[in-house]
Amino acid sequence: MAKITFDGVEVEVPDGTTILNAARQIGGSIVPPAMCYYTPLKGSGGKCRACLVRVAAGSAKDPRPMPKLVASCVTPVQDGMVVENTTSEQVLNVRKGIVEMLLINHPLDCPVCDQAGECDLQNFAFEHGVSTTRYQEERRTFEKIDIGPLIQLHMTRCILCYRCVYTANQITDNRVHGVLGRGDAAEIGTYIENIIDNDFSGNVIDVCPVGALTDKTFRFKSRVWFTKPVNAHRDCPKCSGNVVLWYKGKEVLRTTARKDQYGEVKEWICNECRFEKKETSDWTIEGPAHIDRSSVISANHYELPVLNQSVIADLPESTQRELAQNPPLKLGS
Amino acid sequence: MGRKLLTEHINVEGIDTFEVYRKHGGYRSVEKALKTMSPDEVVEEVKKSGLRGRGGAGFPTGMKWSFLAKPEGVPRYLVCNADESEPGTFKDRQLMSKLPHLLIEGMITSSYALGANTSYIYIRGELLYVLRILEKAIAEAYANGFLGKNILGSGYDLDLHVHPGGGAYICGEETALLESLEGKRGNPRNKPPFPAMQGLYARPTVVNNVESIAAVPVIVNEGGDEYAKIGVGRSTGTKLISACGHLNKPGIYEIELGLPVEEFIYSDEYCGGIWKGRELKAVVAGGSSVPILPKELILKTAAGENRLMTYESLSDGGFVTGTMLGSGGFIAMDETTCIVRNTWNFSRFYHHESCGQCSPCREGTGWMEKVLHRLEHGHGHMEDIDLLVSVAKQIEGNTICPLGEAAAWPVAAAVRHFRHEFEWHVTHAKEAAQPGAVYRPSAVLV
Repeated sequence: MAKITFDGVEVEVPDGTTILNAARQIGGSIVPPAMCYYTPLKGSGGKCRACLVRVAAGSAKDPRPMPKLVASCVTPVQDGMVVENTTSEQVLNVRKGIVEMLLINHPLDCPVCDQAGECDLQNFAFEHGVSTTRYQEERRTFEKIDIGPLIQLHMTRCILCYRCVYTANQITDNRVHGVLGRGDAAEIGTYIENIIDNDFSGNVIDVCPVGALTDKTFRFKSRVWFTKPVNAHRDCPKCSGNVVLWYKGKEVLRTTARKDQYGEVKEWICNECRFEKKETSDWTIEGPAHIDRSSVISANHYELPVLNQSVIADLPESTQRELAQNPPLKLGS
Repeated sequence: MGRKLLTEHINVEGIDTFEVYRKHGGYRSVEKALKTMSPDEVVEEVKKSGLRGRGGAGFPTGMKWSFLAKPEGVPRYLVCNADESEPGTFKDRQLMSKLPHLLIEGMITSSYALGANTSYIYIRGELLYVLRILEKAIAEAYANGFLGKNILGSGYDLDLHVHPGGGAYICGEETALLESLEGKRGNPRNKPPFPAMQGLYARPTVVNNVESIAAVPVIVNEGGDEYAKIGVGRSTGTKLISACGHLNKPGIYEIELGLPVEEFIYSDEYCGGIWKGRELKAVVAGGSSVPILPKELILKTAAGENRLMTYESLSDGGFVTGTMLGSGGFIAMDETTCIVRNTWNFSRFYHHESCGQCSPCREGTGWMEKVLHRLEHGHGHMEDIDLLVSVAKQIEGNTICPLGEAAAWPVAAAVRHFRHEFEWHVTHAKEAAQPGAVYRPSAVLV
């Protein structure tokens, strides 16, 4: 076990844990953002540099600070390590720079992007970025390529996190796409032009942090915040069958895998569950899926706020009585 | 005249053949090491010699070797980094094409010291003709019993392979090189783990520059202490400098470390001064990625001392007034050189060569190139100059591998020392955009 101090909070984690995962055990707003790291994918991380933190003391044995900021998602903890994230001005400034770098060639077509509302880059930029740009050059574009009837590739939106490459490598037997080219001309593509077609290919949509890979069956159907997520399952011979159905009215607009609070898929699902089973009768409904309060998806008051006692005590008596008679429903898991 | 340790016989007819090379004392170090020394003794000699990595970073080679993990029953590898592609650096190409056996001799002795039974020379893809020279030399070494099973009856086995890269600059970064050697896309790895723990095929690996390995036979033959006598302070031995640019005699010179920069540029024994009787304007002392220095600062340090060709003296003053010895790519520029255009050119190279894996380098190198292009072509603004510095700062230190720094340093240094030229490109945009236009001090008055 190793004991580390992260932003002044002490936490004890098994040896070999990365700084990011140690921070996630503490939780809350001090957790560094991660755009490319993905726990279920081996080898991912270290690329986007969003999670850079300052190591103020390397370990108990060697308490010197590390000379450069380190990527918290790939750097293992050492006993006695002292890490600064939100408490370091340098880290916050660098993070601002990373947002800027990620956005200079991003098309910012959020108004027509299906990912808007559940986009990691949007959240990241909103929390850590600045509202102006210093970039006046033309943005980078790519030739459009078609990767099949189920998945839409928008290369201009891609931040090259490599998650979809690792996914195809690790959960399917046959990876046909990869990163071609170099530098800012690097792109996700198939060589030679090919379609991505296997039972688990749809998972690349779930792992994509931006709108580069989206669901063609859901394309332009609705903004995600107008749909309501519901947990459901079915008996699937290929996968676990545990999914989230996104309803608009009585219609299932899309199906995704269930994700944890850091946007990481809990169980991979197959293409049949994702793309073909779009009737409520195909599924056993479990109940509403949990949506984070800060998410724009919960903006239509899907989940009511749970007031704690100290707040209730301050309310006028009439309101208190009303609350006691009609307690706010707490929905979700 | 300085001593020539590596290139003493470089001009001997037929030195690239085994017989001639052997006649001139070749492969003595292999005999000496395998027959009379233990591997640890060879490492000890290299440590004593104070040899520092010649690829650019200047990390002590002996120390690097001693970091190599040596778990039981796990093979170790020595990889020679011959992916020399830094603009301005062309020493390894010459060394390998003229003296292939020197590198092979170094590889055998070094592999023996490290306990590696398979070693690789990863050579830049463009140097196909050198690859053929090396392969021929390796075949000769096999035929004469210096490679293969039971070398010289010592019981030590070594197989040596040459592997050509695809011609990517990034594959000169050691972990990208290992990825490429494994047959993958040449993306640098996250460190830790370092190659000394998990390198090629996740085995302990040492990656050394061609020139570092070529110095090992000399060290073994003469002894580490003898080698350490050459040079100044912690910069020991000799170094190949590939001098280019506006010099009377550009070329590759083997110098004893400690030679004054002024003597290197102006003496007839070396570069013979600036061509066409012109004035020196600036020097990039160690390959395109090190900070550029104006004439005053390259000849004398900020404290007024003579600048010497050593790791310490060149980096005197940090990046404010100093630079780095780097890989020894010495680029001299005369008064007709436009620094903005030159910086743009360097920047274009790094933009082209960035692997695109991590965001600051992928986006930042392209951004800098575009801003510099704008400035050079007369469309710049005053804010652009600070923007360049700011972008360079956002890249520096925040990337996976040193390519980010290599791209950021030259831009930041050019603005630091030649800000007036950048400003002139804004104030005299039309004039500056003309082909061949260059800032001259008097031009400000116009």
